[in-house]
Amino acid sequence: MSRALRFWVLGVGVACFGTILVLAFLAMPHFGTSHHPYRDLAVPASVAHGSANVISSVNFDQRGIDTLGEETILFGSVIAVAALLRPAENEEKKEDPGRRVPFQATRMFGYVLMPVTLIIGIDLVVHGQVTPGGGFQGGVVLATGLHLLYVAGQYRSMEKLRPMPLVEVSEAAGTAAFAALGFAGIGVTGAFLANILPFGSFGQLLSAGTVPLFNVGVGLAVASGCVVLLAKFFEQVFLVEKAGGDT
Amino acid sequence: MTIYAYCVAGALVLLGGIGIARSRNLVHAIVCLSIAQSGTYVLLLAIGYQKGALAPVFGSTSKPNNHVVDPVVQAMTLTDIVVSATITALLLAIAIQIGKQHGTVDPDELSSLEG
Repeated sequence: MSRALRFWVLGVGVACFGTILVLAFLAMPHFGTSHHPYRDLAVPASVAHGSANVISSVNFDQRGIDTLGEETILFGSVIAVAALLRPAENEEKKEDPGRRVPFQATRMFGYVLMPVTLIIGIDLVVHGQVTPGGGFQGGVVLATGLHLLYVAGQYRSMEKLRPMPLVEVSEAAGTAAFAALGFAGIGVTGAFLANILPFGSFGQLLSAGTVPLFNVGVGLAVASGCVVLLAKFFEQVFLVEKAGGDT
Repeated sequence: MTIYAYCVAGALVLLGGIGIARSRNLVHAIVCLSIAQSGTYVLLLAIGYQKGALAPVFGSTSKPNNHVVDPVVQAMTLTDIVVSATITALLLAIAIQIGKQHGTVDPDELSSLEG
């Protein structure tokens, strides 16, 4: 199909799909109204389980099985990237990744913000049931904090701070902890992913039953997953060099 | 204009799709896919919005009440973002391998079937 013809087909498709979308939007509940049946059910359910952050409660208490699926997608894609980006037979590891010293201000930024970012990441993970945040957000912040060392030009120190075998195990351990908590729910109450711990007092660090534990497991898995993903992409840039020439 | 926010979501999905179809570079196509996916975030959040309502996180100043935006669609948006990020990483890895194997990342030049 020629490019010109393809654009005509695309134009017709976009016009039809756009029209159908607008017709569907016109028939939807109006924007900004007070009619939210799911909200009316989710908020009391969350408060009953002592979770001040309703979104965390929805993710880890009310819709836990969906989050398990999401966690599995993350795990699967990390494995797939690791498998796709392993060095091929005609590639070898370059010993010296090359030195390019960044600006003083950039290095300062990296050194100062790395510990701060790591602390914020841990704070986000453990307070997921009380304040906005949780395992997914906190995990990404933790991984970002570690990579500020790379921004500061310290690729080698960053490599030492994240021993890959350990990170790969903690990625698996975080995902396994999620499933194990689910099976603990079966053992205690007979329902998968049931909330089995005392709900604690509303708004406190130890509240919402198993939600903080899920957050820690997910935080571990997401932080390790991001580190593994970025490590594989870094490897492509820094370490993999074609030995034989043409492929 | 009660459907304005929904139309923004629809426009993002369509623009992302147009970008993928017109793309001359796989990395560009992957970024376009991310844009199309961000349309779904806007749609979900627009569905859950209520005028004047607060975030569904309670504390000492905001006692639990029902005058908040819909937390269920926000949780679904969170799921959506995580899946989008992982899919982007996976597609970028595939693009790297295609670039290595074929020496090009232009989808128009990747028409031959090879074993």
